[in-house]
Amino acid sequence: MKRGKRKAGDAALEERTGDGIRAEAALHERHEEALLSIRDVRKSYRMAGEEVQILNGVDLHIPRGDFVAIIGPSGSGKSTLMNMIGCLDTPTSGSYRLDGIEVKGLSDNRLAEVRNRKIGFIFQSFHLLPRLSAFENVELPLVYRGLAAKERKAAAETALAKVGLQDRMHHRPNQLSGGQMQRVAIARALAGEPPILLADEPTGALDTKTGADVLGLMEQLNSQGHTIVLITHDLDVAARAKRTVFMKDGLLSEERGDGREAFARNSHGLEEHTG
Amino acid sequence: MKLSQGIRMAWKSILANKLRTVLSMLGILIGVATVIALVAMGQGSANEVSSQLKGLGTNMLSVNITGRGSDTTLSLPQAETLGDGVSGIEGLSPTVSGSVTARYGSKQTESAVTVEGVTPDYEDVQNFHPQSGRFIAPVDLTAYNKVALLGVDTSEELFGAGVSPVGETILLNGVKYKVVGLLEPKGTSLTGSNDEKIIIPITTAQRMFQSAGVRTVSLKVAAVDQMSAVAAQLETKLTGIFRGNTNAYRVTNQEDLKETVTSVSKTMSTMMAGVACISLVVGGIGIMNIMLVSVTERTREIGIRKSLGAKRRDVLFQFLVEAAAISSLGGLLGIACAYGACLIMTAYFATATQIELQVVLYAFLFSAAVGVVFGLFPANKAASLRPVDALRHD
Repeated sequence: MKRGKRKAGDAALEERTGDGIRAEAALHERHEEALLSIRDVRKSYRMAGEEVQILNGVDLHIPRGDFVAIIGPSGSGKSTLMNMIGCLDTPTSGSYRLDGIEVKGLSDNRLAEVRNRKIGFIFQSFHLLPRLSAFENVELPLVYRGLAAKERKAAAETALAKVGLQDRMHHRPNQLSGGQMQRVAIARALAGEPPILLADEPTGALDTKTGADVLGLMEQLNSQGHTIVLITHDLDVAARAKRTVFMKDGLLSEERGDGREAFARNSHGLEEHTG
Repeated sequence: MKLSQGIRMAWKSILANKLRTVLSMLGILIGVATVIALVAMGQGSANEVSSQLKGLGTNMLSVNITGRGSDTTLSLPQAETLGDGVSGIEGLSPTVSGSVTARYGSKQTESAVTVEGVTPDYEDVQNFHPQSGRFIAPVDLTAYNKVALLGVDTSEELFGAGVSPVGETILLNGVKYKVVGLLEPKGTSLTGSNDEKIIIPITTAQRMFQSAGVRTVSLKVAAVDQMSAVAAQLETKLTGIFRGNTNAYRVTNQEDLKETVTSVSKTMSTMMAGVACISLVVGGIGIMNIMLVSVTERTREIGIRKSLGAKRRDVLFQFLVEAAAISSLGGLLGIACAYGACLIMTAYFATATQIELQVVLYAFLFSAAVGVVFGLFPANKAASLRPVDALRHD
């Protein structure tokens, strides 16, 4: 939490002083220390023989314990950014460091390993495997990590208890409600204790009340120290995060529209930093 | 990921799609069942042949006169003295044979019956005794008696089951013969049914068939290891009789015959098994087909698994195990079907079968291998999917 504030402070500092060297140094430091650090990432696809630029040099730094919402209209490139953050895709150029690992240029196998150990995915449509029970779904990432059955059982049970589904462990997804399914998905994301949770429209398939419950759960997890990146197009959902960044036309900017709170946080951080 | 987990996952997806799995394993099932059943039939008939030959006696030699003309047949005295001076011969029985229609009252045999003209020695050499009445006696030969012994099937055809023909008179090609004995049942051997024949004195037979010569001489050798030696001595003697014309006769060793027949039936069954193997390959293609459909259908599942950290080899392994599980399950069911088919064939069609454990094992391993080989392409397709694309698929 504290470190998160200090990072935010850095950004403010950089803007205010305008001191190139200091800014560079701060940026460098930030890049090294942040849990997730994206620098000048570009991604282009070849579509019908034409090069289409989806990301045009994105910079994003997320310290440990942060809760960031990435918001943007459809077609803004936020899905591509999510795939990049989730190591499902690699940047065409630029640098992406996740928990000390440079992701760009990793082999498919190494990427799978990074996904397995560093990222907990929470998808809009849950993406649970229908033939497996809640418990089996939750232990799946641990299976791919190669853990023994005993360790898997303990970790999966703990994760399910965290989301309050310990008594529904042996139900299949089709025997669970939407909110419960999303909680199973969250438990699955938590099971491997990854440093970052990556949620893609986690409330998109839920009604308002269950959606709010799920967001509440995510806030709770964040307060327990989990770093969360939330991708959404819903301003209300984004408002639950500590920090919001806005994506448009393949570029990212810190959201300051109704940014009183964010600004206040920033100034507070600055004072703390300079003081 | 460990094998046990792979198998558990495969089992789950097999259970989730029961009908499809059964249909896709049908090819393998039929292939394995056919291979095992055919080889079992081949082995069974080979066994039957060799036991029949054993029934004829493994220490039997037979001399067949194949030449034509008066100087290329053996006269009866020549035939009877063929064994003189050859050591190791226990018995010798010259035979003349032909076929006739037999008649008793208004009943007539449906087809021609084999008639063998024999000497009294036949009984011991062929180990073929009458169950009632008497055998051919020396006096029948010298007196050209018209007496006959009937095989059990022939007797049944003419007189009906359970009726003793001894003492009755039958017509062979219109000539009256007195039935003096009923032969014991002996079953079928290579030379045809032993129970569907009529035995008469050799001299009478020569007259009936109007041939002076003897075409066949059966010899009983004292011990099996003397067979070759006896055969060689006989050949020397026959060369003398036929003045060097080695094409005029043939000495057949029962042991050689057995080997030939066994190898023929082995070759046949191998050939049939080879044809059946093609259906295994076709079955493999069926599995590949289903697996390809399954990969397309489960693209999202693959995407999810990959997003959770499944590596290429994990996905490859999962689908390979699934293909191998389907094909080996087909193999197991095929083995069960083969056992069932063999039981039915033995029980209802009197076809001898013998399932060899080795063949079962090979068939099973082959079916599992078919799954792996034909699963490789679909599994590789699944493993190569990009997680981003796979997740977006619906």
